[in-house]
Amino acid sequence: MTTTYTPGQSSSEEELEKSLEAQDQGNDIFYASKKRLMWLRFKQHKVALFSGIMIIFFYLVALFANFVSVQDINSFNAKYKYVAPTDIHWTDPDGSFTRPYIKNITRKLNMETLEYEYTAGDEMYPIKFLHRGYSYKLLGLVETDLHLMGVDDGAALFLMGSDKLGRDIFSKVVHGARISLSIGLIGVFLSLVFGAILGGISGFYGGRTDTLIQRLIEVLMSFPSIPLWMALAASLPPHWSPLIVYFMITLILSLIGWTGIARVVRGIVMRLKEEKYTEAALLSGAGNFYIIRKHLLPGSTSFVIAHATLSIPAMIIAETSLSFLGIGLRPPVVSWGVLLQEAQSITVIANYPWVLYPAFFVIATVLFFNFLGDGLRDAADPYMNRA
Amino acid sequence: MLLYILRRCLISIPTLIIISIISFILIQLPPGDFVDAYISERLIIDGSITDVDALRASIQAELDISDNMAVNYFKWISGFPSGDFGYSFQHQKPVSDLIWGKLGLTFLITFVTLIFTLTTAFFTGILSAMKPYTLFDYVVSFLGFLGLAIPNFLLALLLMYLSLNWFGSPFSGLFSPEYINAPWSMDKLYDALKHIWIPVIVVGTAGTASQIRIMRATMMDELHKPYVDTARSKGLPTYKVILKYPVRHAITPLASTIGWQLPELVSGSAIVAIVLSLPTTGPYLLEALRGQDMYLAGTFLMMLAILTIIGTLLSDIILALLDPRIRLS
Repeated sequence: MTTTYTPGQSSSEEELEKSLEAQDQGNDIFYASKKRLMWLRFKQHKVALFSGIMIIFFYLVALFANFVSVQDINSFNAKYKYVAPTDIHWTDPDGSFTRPYIKNITRKLNMETLEYEYTAGDEMYPIKFLHRGYSYKLLGLVETDLHLMGVDDGAALFLMGSDKLGRDIFSKVVHGARISLSIGLIGVFLSLVFGAILGGISGFYGGRTDTLIQRLIEVLMSFPSIPLWMALAASLPPHWSPLIVYFMITLILSLIGWTGIARVVRGIVMRLKEEKYTEAALLSGAGNFYIIRKHLLPGSTSFVIAHATLSIPAMIIAETSLSFLGIGLRPPVVSWGVLLQEAQSITVIANYPWVLYPAFFVIATVLFFNFLGDGLRDAADPYMNRA
Repeated sequence: MLLYILRRCLISIPTLIIISIISFILIQLPPGDFVDAYISERLIIDGSITDVDALRASIQAELDISDNMAVNYFKWISGFPSGDFGYSFQHQKPVSDLIWGKLGLTFLITFVTLIFTLTTAFFTGILSAMKPYTLFDYVVSFLGFLGLAIPNFLLALLLMYLSLNWFGSPFSGLFSPEYINAPWSMDKLYDALKHIWIPVIVVGTAGTASQIRIMRATMMDELHKPYVDTARSKGLPTYKVILKYPVRHAITPLASTIGWQLPELVSGSAIVAIVLSLPTTGPYLLEALRGQDMYLAGTFLMMLAILTIIGTLLSDIILALLDPRIRLS
């Protein structure tokens, strides 16, 4: 695993030892358990640690999407079509620092272009935290109308502007995170199941089974994935409910994603099978299942998790791309890809560039997952010396 | 060596057959087919038609397709050796009249992108490895991570937006207006090469990023080997030390990426072509898939797969040429 490199990983082996010594106050790291060694190694990778925290934060926001969002995503307001992101003011008109407030929006019809133009009015509306807004069910259980923030009626808070139906893009991004983030997770889980089973069988039994599975993987890998996804996604009948389409898209993504994981699992299983302790177990008459459970699973889990983390970004990108092209998820489902459908025309982007906001979240999530995966991969084998 | 190439070619034949079957099944997956859509269209136009079955039979006879999927498949696949890929229902033309121009452009973009990614990765990787943990290295790494994280179509959108802001016109298409319908000539090729850089950058960024990482990592490993010190102590100039020894080692992993890079480039160019409205396979494949134009879509899928298989074949041959251990084993 000498081919891994990430910035911020410049700390050498010496520094690791030093920090470990400091941690253990002279207690030898040689006694530390594997889990502890992994954690220490992972903590070294500051960027990965930060990315992990950010990802947890994103998932929390997605979980409490209704609490965080400002506007009900099913409501629309034709009065606020394509409004630019609201300016948040921190200072009074006379210049002194104050609690953040926004101004109301006034609308004027431009007689030349026949488009509405929006300008900030004179009334001040403070941004209220723990504001009472539209009512929803928290986690689908508790009925409440409490929101992280909001403004009183009369003004509208568009942190990231509004779309063509006057809906708040920020609220939609927050809701879209639910679909976009979960599709990667579920997709990877499914590919993990396919990949671990087929890769495990391939590596464990070897011989003809192995050749057959490897050929299958080669065929799937030599197919350009996006045309294949396009073909599969286009075959979903348009009258299916959004929920079924969601699961089918996840399944389609994982059907191709499992090949990479299967290869990793196969490699590890083949290596572990050669280990002396596995041989010893075989010689002392242990059954296949016992060996898999006792020797192969514990040795491979960490690698597989690291690899799975690294394959989440590809799924998120694939979902976004498919939905963007209009053959993935469709409205009323809200995902980042669906939101980006608005950005399909260059005139819309040119006039209302804030419709590209969801893109930043796609990029950030993918970046964080990549860093996290790199950190996990380095930590997966704490006994290995880092180059 | 010839034996090795021959063996590799033979191995890819069963792969191609499996791919053709998968392509064909995929095209049949959507419920209903082109004939259904055609019938309902005819019924709307002409209300006096009552015998739907007769109409269906006549349309099927006209389009030379049957209800049996296997029969259709064999009809389609048996035409392949002679360059007959069936008939496009949407365009009312033989598929072979439609695909070659698009495939040629797809090939052109993929090929130029591959050259671009390899050369960029080669030089940047070497420089990064020689000056690790410097500003240059960090900037390259950062751009690399960003390149991996930005979906192709978004990069295309961003570049279109920027070119609209800076040059006043959004970038799209692959030719200047006067060349769009012109027959192929050196001028047209030159015109295409002038426009090709945006799709090449868009499609190539992610690949370049991962290749730079590979090149840098292997170079870092090799630079600390004793033979480098020996070469240096002989008094060789730095460029010779680097290019003659460690680069020869580091180039093998780089060349081995071509194999899996190609399917990704073809994929990437499909989606970028849709966004940038390039006259390559992407938009036509999407249209054919939506219109259930089974022979056209199937042939496109098949041809893209063949393109990647040929690419993998070539990369294996290059690898074998570079590394005697591979061709002798």
